[in-house]
Amino acid sequence: MDAVAEGRNPAPDSLWRRYSEFELLRSYLVVTYPYIVVPPLPEKRAEFVWHKLSADNMDPDFVERRRVGLENFLLRVASHPVLSNDKILYHFLTEEHGWKEVVYETGFQAKADSRLRALSATFRVRNTDKRFMDMKHYSDELQSHTSQLLRARARVADRLYGVFKVHGNYGRVFSEWSAIEKEMGDGLQSAGHHMDAYAASIDDILEEEEHYADQLKEYLFYAEALRAVCRKHELTQFELEMASQDLISKKQQREELATGCERFSFKGMTNKLFGQEAPEQREARLKLLEELIAEGEEAVKEKTVECEEHVERAWVDMQRFEEQKDKDLREALINYAVMQISMCKKGIQVWSNAKECFLKM
Amino acid sequence: MSVGAPRGLASSGQKPITEILHPLSAAEEPISPGPDVTVNVGGEKEAVLTNGTPVETSSPASASSLFNRLQLDDDLEADARDPYASMETRDLFVTVDDPKKHVSTMETYITYRVSTKTTRIEFDLPEYSVRRRYQDFDWLRIKLEDSQPTHLIPPLPEKFVMKGVVDRFSEEFVETRMKALDKFLKRVADHPVLSFNPHLNAFLSAKDLNKRQGLALLTKVGESVKHVAGGYKLRARPAEFCAMGEYLDTFSQKLGTIDRIAQRILKEQSEYLTELREYGTVYSSWAASEEELRRPLEGVAGCVTTCCGALEDLSENMSQDFLPVLREYVLYIESMKNVLRKRDQSQAEYEGRLEAAILRKQEDRTPMPIEVEKCQDKVECFNADLKADWERWQSNKRQDFKQLLTGMADKNINHYEKCQAAWESLITLLQDKQTEDKTSETN
Repeated sequence: MDAVAEGRNPAPDSLWRRYSEFELLRSYLVVTYPYIVVPPLPEKRAEFVWHKLSADNMDPDFVERRRVGLENFLLRVASHPVLSNDKILYHFLTEEHGWKEVVYETGFQAKADSRLRALSATFRVRNTDKRFMDMKHYSDELQSHTSQLLRARARVADRLYGVFKVHGNYGRVFSEWSAIEKEMGDGLQSAGHHMDAYAASIDDILEEEEHYADQLKEYLFYAEALRAVCRKHELTQFELEMASQDLISKKQQREELATGCERFSFKGMTNKLFGQEAPEQREARLKLLEELIAEGEEAVKEKTVECEEHVERAWVDMQRFEEQKDKDLREALINYAVMQISMCKKGIQVWSNAKECFLKM
Repeated sequence: MSVGAPRGLASSGQKPITEILHPLSAAEEPISPGPDVTVNVGGEKEAVLTNGTPVETSSPASASSLFNRLQLDDDLEADARDPYASMETRDLFVTVDDPKKHVSTMETYITYRVSTKTTRIEFDLPEYSVRRRYQDFDWLRIKLEDSQPTHLIPPLPEKFVMKGVVDRFSEEFVETRMKALDKFLKRVADHPVLSFNPHLNAFLSAKDLNKRQGLALLTKVGESVKHVAGGYKLRARPAEFCAMGEYLDTFSQKLGTIDRIAQRILKEQSEYLTELREYGTVYSSWAASEEELRRPLEGVAGCVTTCCGALEDLSENMSQDFLPVLREYVLYIESMKNVLRKRDQSQAEYEGRLEAAILRKQEDRTPMPIEVEKCQDKVECFNADLKADWERWQSNKRQDFKQLLTGMADKNINHYEKCQAAWESLITLLQDKQTEDKTSETN
């Protein structure tokens, strides 16, 4: 993973450049594989921070976590049954400098722009696959719940920090009190040290919990990727319907032109106003229409294939994604429970130590 | 543990002061209940040795803390001898419990049951059970202060509470006050001098406490050692009493700080609890939109809820048990300071009279008046009483704070144990499901 090794450059500038290259890679993948739930990148800026200090993007802990996130991204892509075969990915992983030219050569940028526009447009589709609509609804739920959870967790962490830190004051007052005591002095003094240790322990505890937050964040961003796949389905379906619609109206026009009873058309209007057209003109128009119809039929065929392919391939990947999500999040919850147990054990240890000291007073 | 020598509990009467343990002392080692002791758990904390001798139980008592207070060995320092020591065993037990509300046309108030068990001949009966209200305790305290001015009288909980701020009839307030009254009475009953005070006798035994009765029982000694207001200036306070005063000032300050810290912790915990509850509900609502993940997410929500409950218990204990004891000690310090002041006055009076007498003697050879000698006796008596009380107070303070702080540590440990248990059972649940899934996959 040489590319990631480059990304480990401690100077922030290099890392930012590298991050943007990851963004470029992902952008390419998303455009090229619209039926794949493409793994997301870690956040560019620290969000959902539990303490004002960690909002610093240059914070070494944040930089390290982001590096781990980028590594994770590559692992996911490289182990994906479809994405792992991509040539651009290969270039990204092997060529330090040349890969950018290669990716631009694919011309994906143009597609990227139109994709963005299409995805944010509103349009009404008649026949959508229910499974995709359900999945889209689920992606909204997933996004909402993970972001709610991240916000709530940050607030909890903030408060817990306060509780621990205030206990540190016991350390100071016990120390001061021990100075005026005879038999009680030693016990109090030692207990005070344990209170200090207790107060200090929260920093590591919360830093470790950030890993859990990162796992949640990954799926927050994954939700967006899932949604995009569903939207793409809507889009292809819409385009198919538009193309079909267009073909139908063109065929209708041909009918009318052929049978001579044109229904309302501008041509018909001008005919009425300015006189009938000559048979050569009619022939010309018919021929044009036939060409357009042929094109239209091709378009419909293409669109139908595109739609069906998208549905088929997307459904496979969405299933894969769901399985992965269930497995990953379950593991994340288990790890979270493990962290909580570890915190409880530490708490018991400290207070038991303090109790020993109190008993010796 | 042998029945014949239950020395673990503080004995009023004539034991050497070094062997007297405060009734609320915590154990040095945890004791497993011997065959001699039976305890009614859940009842009103009355324990009885198998030979029928009642075991003094005082709040806050649970079965385990009761056993903690029964000691096999005393391990106190062997210094000062109590001037009142003799070989009698403990013979006066008092308890305050069973609060009841009384509503009359004039007022509403709470009474408490005061139970006494004793073998002392100063009492007519071996057992008494009377009902007393706060006013009555206050009466007793004033009487003790008046009749035993050279001794430290334990403090009572605050008399006045701001109406509207504190509910005088809430369960928590009554419970806290009752514990403090119980402690007050036990301290008096354990004091080698105060416990023989006739006012205490009346308080414990009289059906109706006629508060005017007190006047007839005042002793001569009491009358002659009345607090003299002003007039005399102290020359040189002995160093040991200076040290006591300084100690009390600093100690009072530190207790104040600890009180503030504890209150701050309570506040932070309360805010943490609010966020934690909200946090739990988010897991629940997420669970609703998931299939495979529903049970794990609901499991986490359940754990968070359990932790919330555990935290609530911890906070409640802090405010119900920890803070009141702390505050009561501040009052105790004030009482002690008062006694020091009275001692100063007594010494000042003596010095004043002595100086006047010396001057007169120099002028016209009048012999030293008897009053001056009596004053000297008073001062020496006072000093001796005070020193003895100081030692006892220090010893009690040590035990009280040992218990208070270990109690606080225990509650915190308990809190974490509850949380740990909840998370551990969740992991078992989740991991079982995992192995279930894996085996079904491979099949």
